[in-house]
Amino acid sequence: MSETKTNMVAPPEGVSGEGFFATKLSDVVGLARANSLWPLPFATSCCGIEFMATMASHYDLARFGSERVSFSPRQADMLMVMGTISKKMAPILRQVYEQMSEPRWVISVGACACSGGVFDTYSVLQGIDKVIPVDVYVPGCPPRPEQIVQGVMQLQELVKNESVRRRNSPEYKELLASYNL
Amino acid sequence: MSDLLLSPEQRYAKIIEEKRNEDGSELNVLNLGPTHPATHGIFQNILLMDGERILEAEPTVGYIHRAFEKIAENRPFYQINVLTDRMNYCSSPINNMAWWMTVEKLLNIEVPKRAQYLRVIVMELARIADHLICNSILGVDTGAYTGFLYVFQFREKIYEIYEEICGARLTTNMGRIGGFEREWSDEAFKKLNTFLEEFPVAWKEFENLFERNRIFIDRTVNVGPISAEKAMQYGFTGPNLRAAGIDYDVRKAAPYSSYEDFEFDVPVGKSGDTYDRFCVRNAEVWESISIIKQALAKLPDGPYHADVPDYYLPPKEDVYHNMESLIYHFKIVMGEVPVPVEEIYHAVEGGNGELGFYLISDGSRTPYRLKMRRPCYIYYQAYPEMIKGSMLSDAIVILSSLNVIAGELDA
Amino acid sequence: MALENTLIQEKLTQKFGNSVTNFATMRDIFTLEVNKDKVHEVIQFLKDDEELNFHFLTDLAGIHYPDNNVDEQFALTYQLHNWIENTRIRIKTFLNGENPEVQTITDLFLCSNWMEREAWDFYGIKFTGHPQLKRILNMDEMVSHPMRKEFPMEDGGRTDKDDRFFGRTPVNC
Repeated sequence: MSETKTNMVAPPEGVSGEGFFATKLSDVVGLARANSLWPLPFATSCCGIEFMATMASHYDLARFGSERVSFSPRQADMLMVMGTISKKMAPILRQVYEQMSEPRWVISVGACACSGGVFDTYSVLQGIDKVIPVDVYVPGCPPRPEQIVQGVMQLQELVKNESVRRRNSPEYKELLASYNL
Repeated sequence: MSDLLLSPEQRYAKIIEEKRNEDGSELNVLNLGPTHPATHGIFQNILLMDGERILEAEPTVGYIHRAFEKIAENRPFYQINVLTDRMNYCSSPINNMAWWMTVEKLLNIEVPKRAQYLRVIVMELARIADHLICNSILGVDTGAYTGFLYVFQFREKIYEIYEEICGARLTTNMGRIGGFEREWSDEAFKKLNTFLEEFPVAWKEFENLFERNRIFIDRTVNVGPISAEKAMQYGFTGPNLRAAGIDYDVRKAAPYSSYEDFEFDVPVGKSGDTYDRFCVRNAEVWESISIIKQALAKLPDGPYHADVPDYYLPPKEDVYHNMESLIYHFKIVMGEVPVPVEEIYHAVEGGNGELGFYLISDGSRTPYRLKMRRPCYIYYQAYPEMIKGSMLSDAIVILSSLNVIAGELDA
Repeated sequence: MALENTLIQEKLTQKFGNSVTNFATMRDIFTLEVNKDKVHEVIQFLKDDEELNFHFLTDLAGIHYPDNNVDEQFALTYQLHNWIENTRIRIKTFLNGENPEVQTITDLFLCSNWMEREAWDFYGIKFTGHPQLKRILNMDEMVSHPMRKEFPMEDGGRTDKDDRFFGRTPVNC
């Protein structure tokens, strides 16, 4: 494999022998999940344009297993919130998040989504973590496509190492309860 | 109380009831947006549908209302540029330059010829980027994804040129009061020249893909036409107005930044339908390329900014090592420079039409009132009327051909 | 042949007398003030008169002057444009601070519909006769009008801001 330019995903730790490979189930599940994250782009403004650049040929997010942009929240794993979320928009964002099925992850792309950014005004929600839990924050106004890609890679790391039971844990339920979800 | 003040659902319920009693047919209400993937931005339209046909539409806007005008009343002039970037983010340099020109008009600053020409170059580049996105997305909406991928790499190249000029890709925050913040690097000119060599080839190819394409013509000709009178009534400007046959272009009507030095045509359409809008934008890209070439050929030597130390922020190195620069820096940042008390309106030809800033200054460091004339906001009102009676899929095509940018729409 | 400002002034004073005042040329734009009851008529005249022919409404902006006397606390500016002669004109009218009300011009220009809704949303200026005067950019539930000068710009819900670091307390750190 070393001669080709194709990068294969490294197998998880395990015991291999002739004709078999034994490892933990959670590692395999994590590996599978991390490399097929379907994004749901929730693009509202400028960062959405950079997301278009990220998806297009030059930066090509498809290399990370996110080829299929899922516009249905039911089929998406990763909610990418890009751009300013105003207070008028916040209930809609929440509704979209509620429609996603577990496991679900959220990336908050750009200063506006992370903290309200330069728009510290009466009409703008000061960070989407006020209404939904966020896994990865990508700073920048707007972040460069490389940064968005790195955000996705960071999320992949999180997904890989997440226990399969995390979503049933009391801590997780408590987290959701704190958002009234 | 007028019916229109009710929520659209309530209003439609009456119509549905009437129709059912009349001939037993079933109308339905469809909520399109605000996060519908086909609408490229945050647009909500509540539609009354008869099968696939749209009978009534009511748009709701304001989903990314960020209160630009309120912020502008609380920020000094040189910080408002940051807001203009985020208005029409597809062509932010035009917005930047429009704002600087407004301030320069207020302060009576004469910008050197070189800076004016450089501004023209960067504004036309931005226009290309804007039209390129609009037209390629229109292609995507009619089912032709290839064209989008062809030309999108050239948008990347335009961004690389921006990066050489100011260091940022999308929200450029380019320029200063009186000119630019630094001289353009040789690399910028080199990239610009390569772009001018390579891009026309790709754009020609893109045009050939669409202009005589049977499917594209069927999807766009006579879709969402608007007459010249209606367009004028609805406050259309820019390519959408010109597609309807009126040759109003701010660059010709009130030339700014030395546009009078260049020769270019104002392409116009006839019927104001989607196909005409597409063709007008295509033709404008060619004009933009020609303007950039002329500006590069005639580019004079000289300073890249006006000599106005009272308003032009000095370079940071000088602030640390030079007494006068430090004083001016302090004065500008603390807002102790004189500003006339006046009302100014300045308009430029933005990506979507007449982009105007109406600035009321009361002599303080911040505007007393800044009204932005955002072309999208004004012509988006015509959208319900344009889609009435058409199919749902046509509504999407009309929306993308109008090139409504959510950031500009909602301010 | 450009449209002369003196001609516009002459025609308007002839027709409206004392309702139109303060003619001035501010930089490149000819401006005038109109009594608020006459706004609709003046704009209709400017639009319909064959010689003047201001057929395009460029912009409509509300302004708040809380320090003025109560009859002049709000202002509206209309900018009209004659594309054929390439002449712009700006009309300003002052409205009462407690009950800002003016006649709508939606019957003259279709595009003024949303512009007037915006002015209502931001300043609470009522346009009598407007077909759909409801909020446009802000949420329907909002009660105040955010562009009025007394309305605070910043979001009140932030807890992470320490006023000392913004120079907003008398004692800094």
